[in-house]
Amino acid sequence: MIGITSYGAYIPRYRIKVEEIARVWGDDPEHIKKGLLIHEKSVPDLDEDAATIAVEAARSAIGRCNIDPKEIGAVYVGSESHPYAVKPTATIVAEAIEATPDLTAADFEFACKAGTAAIQACMGEVSMGMIKYGMAIGADVSQGAPGDALEYTAAAGGAAYIIGKKNLIAEIEDTSSFTTDTPDFWRREGESYPMHGGRFTGEPAYFKHIMSATKSLMKKVGTKPGDYDYVVFHQPNGKFPLRMAKMLGFVEEQIRPGLVVSKLGNTYAGSSLIGLAAVLDQAKPGSRILMTSFGSGAGSDAFSMTVTDGIEETRGKVPTVAELLKNPKYIDYALYAKHKGKIVV
Amino acid sequence: MAVARLWRHIPARYNLIGTECQICGGLYFPPRTTCPTCRRDGKIIERKFKGTGEVVTYTIIYSASSTFRRQTPYVLAIIRLDEGPQLTGQIVCNPDEAEIGMKVRPIFRKLGEDGSSGIIYYGTKFTPLREASK
Repeated sequence: MIGITSYGAYIPRYRIKVEEIARVWGDDPEHIKKGLLIHEKSVPDLDEDAATIAVEAARSAIGRCNIDPKEIGAVYVGSESHPYAVKPTATIVAEAIEATPDLTAADFEFACKAGTAAIQACMGEVSMGMIKYGMAIGADVSQGAPGDALEYTAAAGGAAYIIGKKNLIAEIEDTSSFTTDTPDFWRREGESYPMHGGRFTGEPAYFKHIMSATKSLMKKVGTKPGDYDYVVFHQPNGKFPLRMAKMLGFVEEQIRPGLVVSKLGNTYAGSSLIGLAAVLDQAKPGSRILMTSFGSGAGSDAFSMTVTDGIEETRGKVPTVAELLKNPKYIDYALYAKHKGKIVV
Repeated sequence: MAVARLWRHIPARYNLIGTECQICGGLYFPPRTTCPTCRRDGKIIERKFKGTGEVVTYTIIYSASSTFRRQTPYVLAIIRLDEGPQLTGQIVCNPDEAEIGMKVRPIFRKLGEDGSSGIIYYGTKFTPLREASK
């Protein structure tokens, strides 16, 4: 059986509140908070980017388990904010965890689902026997243009997963994907900020893709919503995943434990993976988890998992998602603009 | 910085890989190719340092070169690693939090870059150990 051998998350310390962004752009913060179910979002430090976040998440995943990094045969980093256009983030991560040089590495790009696409690639290689362990990471310092609705949600963070056949903390029973050419959100080469189709990002994009991938997975595995203890969907805001859960027949108790967006924001490629990490932080052996990502453009990857007894041995070694969200440092819009490089000097 | 020089620094900067003399037990960071005590009789091997240590002394930089201007004020410290060697590094914390004797741990950060089109340098900075969530 293939599954998750270890995982680790990383969230920068800085936060900006919805009220502060709304103050600058003349929006009503209560309207935004009610509409998006977001209170604040994470902001990277001046010296953090998708590569440093990926490294911190990767080191956390290594710190949680006892495997030798040299046994990792593939490192894949999914992001839409890779620091270089040409020069893989995955090489930086592989070097920083001392997995080099006998491994393969590559960067993945599929908007917010690049990290789960990387998990599927690792699953394939592990099951073929090409590699013993594979590391898949989703990490982003998300971009949102000043004044755009995305600015309330675009956050920074990431999570890393080690996929293998041994020392599993969760078995992955199966995965299903659903992909179409749907231009709901994009960023052209050389542009600093993405553009999106506004309301078009909902029904034909987020809801259709997550619903289709999730239904096809449950059909394949022979499960129904009630069979799962936890469900995690991509979290672009707080409202979409709650509505998606309801539409598919899940109840709020299943989705709440992994719903971290209201205090974190949308960490793009990190979003569903940090949600899954928050669930694994509290899941018991035998717990069943369903996770479905969504990446604009558009596609969804759904995974059905069962937590093993091995999870108890991994507790307390590295910070949990709840611990990473503690003790934030709040900054105002001017400092936020400096941190995000929106002030060009 | 020349690309070749940056590349040679990667093991030391990313993972604090220094050196050890197997003859006298001397530990060195940054790495040395010869042991200053044993000279030609020394036997140098790689040695990885954990990265935890304490602040020996520090200064707060208010006036920095163009590469670091955006980060001022920041804390630059001499850190004594738990294994012994001392090195200069940036402490990521508010300047008023810094104090001599403070325990620190390593974090992975951007150290600098050659403008917007050049190489980005990554490596180790430090943060107060008590900030477990950072």
